[in-house]
Amino acid sequence: MERYRILPHTADGKFQAYGGTLEEAFGNAALALASLMWDWSKVAPKTRHFIHVRGIDREQLLVKFLGETVYLFETRRFLLAKVDGLRIRPEFEGFSLEALLGGDALDGRYEIYGDVKAVTYHDLKIEECGGFTVQVVVDM
Amino acid sequence: VSAAVDLRKIGDNVWEIPKEGEMRVPALVYSSARLLEDIRRDQTLLQARNVACLPGIERMSYVMPDAHQGYGFPIGGVAAFDLDGGIISPGGVGYDINCGVRLLKTDYTEADVSAKRKELLAEIFKEVPAGVGKGGVTKLSRGVLKEILVKGADWAVENGYGRKEDLERTEECGRMRDASAEDVTDRAMERGIPQLGTLGSGNHFLEIQKVHEIFDEAAARAFGIRGAGQVLVMIHCGSRGLGHQVATDHIEAMENAFGVKGLPDRELVHAPFRSEEGQRYYRSMCAAVNYAFANRQMIAHWVRDVFARVLGSSGGMDQVYDVCHNVAKVEVHESGGRSKKLVVHRKGATRSFGPGRQEIPGCYRSVGQPVIIPGSMGTSSFILAGTAEAEALSFGSTAHGAGRVMSRHEAIRRFRGERIRDDLARKGIELRSTSWKGVAEEASEAYKDVDEVVRVSHELGLGRLVAKVVPIGVMKG
Repeated sequence: MERYRILPHTADGKFQAYGGTLEEAFGNAALALASLMWDWSKVAPKTRHFIHVRGIDREQLLVKFLGETVYLFETRRFLLAKVDGLRIRPEFEGFSLEALLGGDALDGRYEIYGDVKAVTYHDLKIEECGGFTVQVVVDM
Repeated sequence: VSAAVDLRKIGDNVWEIPKEGEMRVPALVYSSARLLEDIRRDQTLLQARNVACLPGIERMSYVMPDAHQGYGFPIGGVAAFDLDGGIISPGGVGYDINCGVRLLKTDYTEADVSAKRKELLAEIFKEVPAGVGKGGVTKLSRGVLKEILVKGADWAVENGYGRKEDLERTEECGRMRDASAEDVTDRAMERGIPQLGTLGSGNHFLEIQKVHEIFDEAAARAFGIRGAGQVLVMIHCGSRGLGHQVATDHIEAMENAFGVKGLPDRELVHAPFRSEEGQRYYRSMCAAVNYAFANRQMIAHWVRDVFARVLGSSGGMDQVYDVCHNVAKVEVHESGGRSKKLVVHRKGATRSFGPGRQEIPGCYRSVGQPVIIPGSMGTSSFILAGTAEAEALSFGSTAHGAGRVMSRHEAIRRFRGERIRDDLARKGIELRSTSWKGVAEEASEAYKDVDEVVRVSHELGLGRLVAKVVPIGVMKG
């Protein structure tokens, strides 16, 4: 099954990511986001970061989860290669998400070709129809 | 989407979206028929209408001639809100807080630098870190970063980057006094620490330019622009990851405090200006503005160093001005027949204050502030002067640049960076970049015609044309 698709957008980056479950679609969305900056399929998963985020709703949860990839890249020079063990749980107010992000530290072997500044709510969609489709626009 | 918006021509280059539904005021679009074709194609008009629905909005929701779709507010959107009944919105400033432009003049002419042009650009490319994921040359402690967030360009000058005279010739004198480092999150600071003194990527650039044509001799003279062939340096960048994170953090904080129900667009989340959340955003936005001022101050210093080393002197390299493109500020304007303090949001718009305004430096007070409008990579840029009319038209604002018309994806598909470099070389323009793909994304064909944007601005009186400049050397992140 196709993991994600990059869509045309005038100023910035837009993609849809797919999954049989919401978790799978979220994980694929992180790879789609990474693909705007580097070729994640060529990154060796040598190091791991455990992440835990909360959101008041699924949309905020997705924005915050994707923001982790940008944050880890800029502050730890971490290039995402894979997403493991992603779990979403309903909370008293909203949702929480935890996942293990696998990847490598940026060095001369990797080419970085895009800069995602921020994950936005613009045209953000989370749809369930058989499986899940999430759509995200990022500011580049 | 915008096809559904009711737009009426009410004058030359002026179009109105009449007040209807939940709009509290009408929206006004400053554009030529030609630029309007692009504006109509995306969600710009719908976004301008959404802005007109926000609490406490004064006069109108304004749209500048270079407008295109943004997040929440359109890029090229200007709106002002009452301090007591009104709001502040991160979506009205944008993610790249204080993205802006700094212009330095030189006493060199094109003839003086032509033999050393390649070397100048190569040295600048070495001195000024640029590109995605590229860290700065200074390893900052958190304590020093906090000082920068409070003091802005003042900090840079105190630490040997540039000259005291630069400060006066910077919007806000390079330092927004309402900044607080305590309201900036750890995450934002972590993103800011490795990136201070870096150009970044995307549409950010540094150009060595020459004056092509002067339209207004008196204003040009006041700005230090003497004649065709004079060499200038333009620096276009912002607050990097720190500003992006400040916006992200406060969008979340406002969502958590006020919820998202009833918003026409989630990117328009806002807080009453006087509320705790509103003030926290405002103070941390000011801190990000200061970070960007310090950033451009450092880059300008390195550029002067290179000129001194390669050409023997940087003596005549005075700063013309430094302007913000993405900011919210408290200013006094006329509204409802009286003068009052408003929080003016300019998103992808440049302040364009005319003669007499106290906010502009004494040396420009008789002609109006310099307004610096960069074109797309490798094309022309313009210097305008602020006008008194702009205060009545747009809270003293005008356009900020060219604005994209083609997606990055499409640009990469159509253009090759190396090819663009060769084409520019034939026109006598040297190009250096960290990424050929990045160059392709920024192909000038992917942007609106900046000549048309400034023509409309001039005809309406939003900003008066002073000079046209063209690049001779381009460094892209």
